[in-house]
Amino acid sequence: MIRLSWFNVVSLTLGFAFLYIPMVILVIYSFNKSKLVTVWGGFSTKWYGELMQNEAFLDAAWVTLKVAVISSSIATVLGTMAALVLVRAGRFSGRMLFSGMIYAPLVMPEVITGLSLLLLFIGLGLDRGVLTIVLAHTTFSMCYVSVVVSSRLVTFDWSLEEAALDLGCSKTEAFRLVTLPIIAPAVIAGWLLAFTLSLDDLVIASFTSGPSATTLPIKIFSAVRLGVSPEINALSTIMITIVAVGVITASLVSKRQLVRQKREEQAAFRAQ
Amino acid sequence: MRKFALIAVPYLWLLALFLVPFLIVLKISLSDIALAIPPYVPKWDWATGFGAFFSQLDFENYIFLTEDDLYWKAYLSSFKIAAISTMFTLLIGYPIAYGMARSPEEWRPTLMMLIILPFWTSFLIRVYAWMGILSQEGLLNQFLLWTGIIAAPLTILNTNTAVYIGIVYTYLPFMILPIYAALDRMDGSLIEAAEDLGCSRLMAFWLVTIPLSKNGIIAGSFLVFIPALGEFVIPSLLGGSGTLMIGKVLWEEFFSNRDWPVASAVAVILLLLLIIPIVLFQRNQQKQAEAEQ
Repeated sequence: MIRLSWFNVVSLTLGFAFLYIPMVILVIYSFNKSKLVTVWGGFSTKWYGELMQNEAFLDAAWVTLKVAVISSSIATVLGTMAALVLVRAGRFSGRMLFSGMIYAPLVMPEVITGLSLLLLFIGLGLDRGVLTIVLAHTTFSMCYVSVVVSSRLVTFDWSLEEAALDLGCSKTEAFRLVTLPIIAPAVIAGWLLAFTLSLDDLVIASFTSGPSATTLPIKIFSAVRLGVSPEINALSTIMITIVAVGVITASLVSKRQLVRQKREEQAAFRAQ
Repeated sequence: MRKFALIAVPYLWLLALFLVPFLIVLKISLSDIALAIPPYVPKWDWATGFGAFFSQLDFENYIFLTEDDLYWKAYLSSFKIAAISTMFTLLIGYPIAYGMARSPEEWRPTLMMLIILPFWTSFLIRVYAWMGILSQEGLLNQFLLWTGIIAAPLTILNTNTAVYIGIVYTYLPFMILPIYAALDRMDGSLIEAAEDLGCSRLMAFWLVTIPLSKNGIIAGSFLVFIPALGEFVIPSLLGGSGTLMIGKVLWEEFFSNRDWPVASAVAVILLLLLIIPIVLFQRNQQKQAEAEQ
């Protein structure tokens, strides 16, 4: 039935070439000896060495990591709560507003989110720094978490939780021992999404950060504005490698789980 | 009580950090510029009561936006840039999604992963990757000069063309995924039926495949168009001084001109413009969800 015509082959090849060639070029040129980024001057890893000595970049990387871990963890808790409310709480006054506030940040242009939060922080007299970036990132990433988790909760079989209650669990125990383990993959996926969004964010962080805390994207952006630099190429290569290893590992793990699940199902079928 | 806490915590968080900030933007967009020039901090003056509060409001900043044609041009050109790049993303993304849906079953998870992988990679880095390719001495020009297609290097970086390339490149996965999802669900025997009934392959594609993937096309187009409209990073890195996009104007109004009321008014109007595509998108999603049930 499957006919992979020459047209399909060509469009897939060209499409993936378009997606990947720019990144491959970036990686290759990070090993360029020459300071001139467009001329190949031989193989060298000196830009990685210089990057490791660049205090400003290392500081920014540390701040970024700290913000991402804290904000994605709070966002996962709040987002999961919001997902439970959306799926389970039924009617309550202000439900429309609640679901509106969950979905609106997903489509809100970043410049507007950033501007509005900055105006709030100034109004409150909060000093801009790690705290304000964490607050800002938590707010928009909790909405992504709640979308991911609620799409899992929609198909959740609530009779499992009821069974646990019948068997003498308290409500909290039933949630912790039954519901949470089952929805855990979605919660973890939500955390990962929130974490990446926070690592990646430039616009909102630029509005909400102060001189005391600069994140890596802000640093990269101000360096890149002046033009292409081999140090940034090296930094990009490191980041691309981390993401690629993470995504490939995750997909291999989930593939193996699928295979195991299939094998167990078959075994169960044979046993009948 | 438990339920109350479950609702109250995320609710209050969103009220305080999403709705209230937005109301502040609205308020500042209606206040006088002198009131808000830094270091003067705009004050919430509840003491004077609502009457005085409303009497202070004026639409000066909005009138200013209509008088200075910079803003009109920026809104129009954001619209144009977002629409044209959405079209190109569709033209490039559709054949890829189509090829994926027709590929052997065991390839598909890998192909899916390859589409999603760039999405997890830093947006900033993906935009930056094009700066080295598109510049005067960049690799694209070197390549074209080497093949002899052009005699002199082209200027691509810092033009609108570079912005189109950047948007198409970074948002391509958003277009491919919904179209692929729609094509993947499609029953292949429908095409065979159409061909048996005398359709040519091209006709069958046009009359059967395209209409059946319509929802995917619409969803993908909105997923590209909506964020592209307010884009800031791409026009400021790849675009030139001639590239007018509203996200960039807002940024400059706020950070360079330090004119908060005008920046806020620009934000409010951008949001009003976005409401129409967002509502259309929501309606499409809802229709699709209902059709599936």
